[in-house]
Order: sequence, then structure tokens, then C-alpha cells
Amino acid sequence: MMKIAIASGKGGTGKTFVATNIFYSLCKNNRSAMLVDCDAEAPNAIAFFDVNLVNSDDVSQRVPVISSNACTYCGKCHDWCNYNAIFILPPVKVIQVIEDLCHGCGACVVACQYDAITEKLVSLGKVNSYLLNGVVSLIEARMNIGVMSPVSVIKAALKKADTMADFIILDSPPGTSCPFIQTALAADFVILVTEPTPFSFSDLKQSVETLKKINKPFGVIVNKAGLGNADIYFYLEKEKIQLLHEILFDIEIAELYSTGKIVAETKQYLEIEFYNMIKKIMRQYGNSDNQR
Amino acid sequence: MEIAIISGKGGTGKSIISAAFATLIENVVLADCDVDAANLYLIFNPVHEEEKIYIGGHKAVIDYDKCSMCGLCISYCRFEAITTVNNKITISETSCDGCFLCTRICPENAINMIQNDKSRMFSGSFRNGKMVYGRLAPGEENSGKLVNMVREKAKQVAKENGIKMIILDGPPGIGCPVISTITGVDKVVIVTEPSVSGLHDMKRTVEIVKKFNLNPWIIINKFNLNNEMSRQIENWCKKHKISVAGYLPFTSQIVNAMVQQMSIIEYNKNSEISKTLGTIYNTIIHE
Ligand code: SF4
Ligand code: SF4
Ligand code: SF4
Ligand code: SF4
Repeated sequence: MMKIAIASGKGGTGKTFVATNIFYSLCKNNRSAMLVDCDAEAPNAIAFFDVNLVNSDDVSQRVPVISSNACTYCGKCHDWCNYNAIFILPPVKVIQVIEDLCHGCGACVVACQYDAITEKLVSLGKVNSYLLNGVVSLIEARMNIGVMSPVSVIKAALKKADTMADFIILDSPPGTSCPFIQTALAADFVILVTEPTPFSFSDLKQSVETLKKINKPFGVIVNKAGLGNADIYFYLEKEKIQLLHEILFDIEIAELYSTGKIVAETKQYLEIEFYNMIKKIMRQYGNSDNQR
Repeated sequence: MEIAIISGKGGTGKSIISAAFATLIENVVLADCDVDAANLYLIFNPVHEEEKIYIGGHKAVIDYDKCSMCGLCISYCRFEAITTVNNKITISETSCDGCFLCTRICPENAINMIQNDKSRMFSGSFRNGKMVYGRLAPGEENSGKLVNMVREKAKQVAKENGIKMIILDGPPGIGCPVISTITGVDKVVIVTEPSVSGLHDMKRTVEIVKKFNLNPWIIINKFNLNNEMSRQIENWCKKHKISVAGYLPFTSQIVNAMVQQMSIIEYNKNSEISKTLGTIYNTIIHE
């Protein structure tokens, strides 16, 4: 089994386009594949397939509940909370948990010596499992609006995906912060999707820096090749980063994609190119057993 | 006046539109709140006048001279950040949330917290006013707080320099950083694309904005890539009483302008798209 994450420093470079089309190409070539949409803030992958929801697991977090009867207003929980999630005014006997700020670390519960704190569960989002052609092959992390961080929901989705499929394709969240790192850590190989424009170039450099830091093998796909300038290519050569593939800018691709179609279905050359690319990655980096 | 430009998903053209707005009027404060992937400085190349360290959280580190391997910290950490690797207590830097619990309970005082201090906030001048932006170091969290810092600074700079307009280029997504960006602003603009995912992300974003009792303006970017979908977005907006401020066509001029480090207004003031942007801007400001 091999896990491949499709990522990009910035949104809109074609990450979901590449992820869904690689997934399609693998299925089309009779390889067992699973797609995990880790972009929990804006999951979109299901829009491209005819899927049925079979399971929806709630992902929750523990949040403290303070009993005003038992509380002595000593303030220790407030001192121990590193996220300023406990508001306390001892003179007027007011103590309150600001749930939006709470990370569920449990420090306040340990701090309280008067058994005044219990915990309840608060929903952060869902992990949805979808059937495609009779098999569960699409997992989606979907965060609730306004939640502090999508990381817990992403982690839950990654756990859910541990199956027997030959390939697990992870559609990573954008950016280079924790959500991206959590997804990349779970992968054996990362494909960075970029565009030959200054914005994308700057984001690419940041993603590369992050992946080097966590020692993850990666390569680059240049999408919309032909637009912009050549800076990206000089950089890849200088840094000895593997250029996995180039997708030429084609307004028809943008049009097909916008209607929610799998572009490789119409443009079969893409299916062949993507499949060959994955086979090549597999030969170079495959069959490591990432246990995360 | 503070205007925030946001989008549910990245790459819809948020920064391009912010850059255009920032060059349509005489003097502005431009704040890049997309601290995860700040980009606008690439176009405007601001001169830094001030740099501030931003503490993006803490990480736990073990002092092995003191650790007695009791294992207590493992059972207390809720983020599965502490494990034993080769008979050694090990804290994963990427999983540690910086909650301080392990350092508080460790009987040997063997755990120290170190600050994440690689993130920065910059402020300075650019050719059309003042600019403030944050850069979150890879892997550091709490971008909502950095966004707040950027906004505070932008307000201060505006006041000091008598600048009336603040433009906030927002982060993508629906989480904490977006909420930090739109809390208390005067106008919110949502940039969307005519695609199935564009509409879907826009709906989630509208939902957040509504929670703040604001009525967002919608800009449909690259509308000509899918006219049918653009119409669907328009109809959805009509039904939900949300105004579409305008439609921008897909054109490679946008990319060319970016490569030349210019906003589209600076690159070609008389182009169709520049004129449309001018109209959109006036609509948003005056209505
Ligand atoms: S669980 Fe942690 S973050 Fe939440 S209130 Fe308690 S100490 Fe603060
Ligand atoms: S530690 Fe316990 S007793 Fe003290 S203020 Fe907090 S809840 Fe109340
Ligand atoms: S609690 Fe302290 S002494 Fe015990 S294993 Fe953890 S670091 Fe070592
Ligand atoms: S600081 Fe908190 S999250 Fe980090 S290792 Fe210690 S207990 Fe775990």
C-alpha cells in the first residue's frame, strides 16, 4: 500500500483537480484506490463523483464544565489554561469556560483540587465515508464552521482510511501549517502542485522548506504550464527537485473542471499520463510502510 | 473604513482583487491577513519599517538528565504527542499543542517549554500607502492571533497617517483566521469562481459572514469559464438576498500583471477588467 498526498502551498493551484483525476486514473486501470479529502475547511472531492454516503462519524473534543457549587474560585484552572479559555472573577464569584478558545487539553481538570470540573463532548466536525461503485473509496473530513483547527478532524479521517487499498490518495489542505503537516506526515510521498506564477512560486518554496524539515520525499507537478514565467523551472533545477509532470494550460480543462467533471474522462491522455506518473513514483518510493 | 476580501477556497483571485482595490484610490493601508501564505508583498515590495516577533505557541522539550522514565507525561498528554521510541520518552514536535500540562505534572521537572518565535509581523510603506503583513513560520499555529495583531497594527498605522481606507486581504477557509479577519469590519467581499466547488465554498463562507450580522458582497471571478454556473451562483445569491457586486472575466492579463509585479490597475488602467474593478469598488464603497 502506498499513501500519496497531493498538496500545494496555496489553494486554487489545481490540487483537488490532480487528486481526483489521479484517483480516477487508478480506478480506471483496475488498481484499488481510496481518496481521502483532508481539506476539512472546504472539502470538495465528492462533487466530482457519483457517491453515496454510507457512514458519518462525529469527531468531538472534550470541553470542561465547571460546577459553581463546588468551585472555590481559587483560580488554579485559569492559571493552568495556556489558551485563556477560562474567565474568572473571584470577588463576584464568576467563572466561565470560553468554549471557542478551549483546545481540550485537560489541564484545568488536573489542576482543580476541588473536583469542580467535569467534561462534556463538543462536536468539531465529521468524517464521512462514501460508496463508489459498491466499495467505500472516498473518505471526507468536514470541519464545523468556526472551529479553531481542523487537525483533529483530519486525523480522524486519516485513521479511518487505513485499509487494504493499493493506493491511498490524500487531498491535502492548503497552506503550510499544522493541517498540511499532519496530512503530509501520514503520506509516503507528497506531490506538490504549483503554477508558474510569482504567488505560487513563493508558496511552493514555503512548502518545500516544510517538507524538507519533516524529511518527506516529494516531487512537483506544474499546472497551467505556459502561463506566467520560468522562475519555477530554474528553481526546481537548482534545488534538484523532481519535476513529475507538466499540465499545459488549456482553457477547456478549466471549463470541464468547473462543471464538476473528471477531466481525464474526456481528455484520456491525462488518464494515461497520471497513471504512468504514479507507477513511476511507486517504483521509486513505493511499499514503505508508513504506520501513521 | 475597513473592507475584508475573503473566499472559502484559495486561488479564487482574492489577492489580485485586493491589489487592484489598493491601487484604485490615492492612499490606503493594505493588510495581508493570509498569514499562512502572505503574497501581496510580492507585488508591492514594501519597505519594512518595523518587524515584530510573533510567538506562535510553545513546544515541550525533555531534559534527559532529569527524566526518570516514569511515563506519567504519556498518559496525561491528550494530543498523542509523547511516546516511547527505543526506550526513550520522545515528544513529537509536530503533534505537541503546547498546552503545558506535561511540564506541570512531571515529578522530575524534566520538561521545558520553548517558544515558537519564527513567525513575524512586518509593517512598512509601499508605493500607494502603508502595508502590514504577517508571516507564520511553517508548522506554527494560532494564525488567528497573528491576524489580530496585523489588524491592530493596520488600524494604528491608518490613524497615525490619517489614512481612511483599510483593505484586508483575508485567509482562505472557514476557521479561526477568517473569523479574526472579518470581526468588526465595515464591508465583506467574498470572491468566488463559477464552479461546483466554488459555489459550495461560497455558501459555507456566506454562512460565517451572516453570523456576524454582515451582508457580504459577492464578486464572481473568471465568470466566463462557465456561464451556466455563474448564473447558478447569481440565482442563489438573489434567493438569499445577497448582492453580486460584479463579474470579472478570465484573462491572462492578470497573470502578466502579476509577473511584472503590478496590480491589474497599474498594468493596464484602461482595460475592460480594470474599469469593471473600478465600478465594483465604487458600488461596494457607496452602497
Ligand atoms: S481543557 Fe485545556 S484549553 Fe480547555 S479550558 Fe481546560 S485548560 Fe483550557
Ligand atoms: S481550579 Fe477548581 S476550584 Fe479552582 S477556580 Fe478552577 S474550578 Fe474553581
Ligand atoms: S513525566 Fe517527566 S520524568 Fe516521567 S517520563 Fe515524563 S518527562 Fe520523564
Ligand atoms: S505540552 Fe501538552 S501537547 Fe505538548 S507534549 Fe506536553 S502535554 Fe502534550
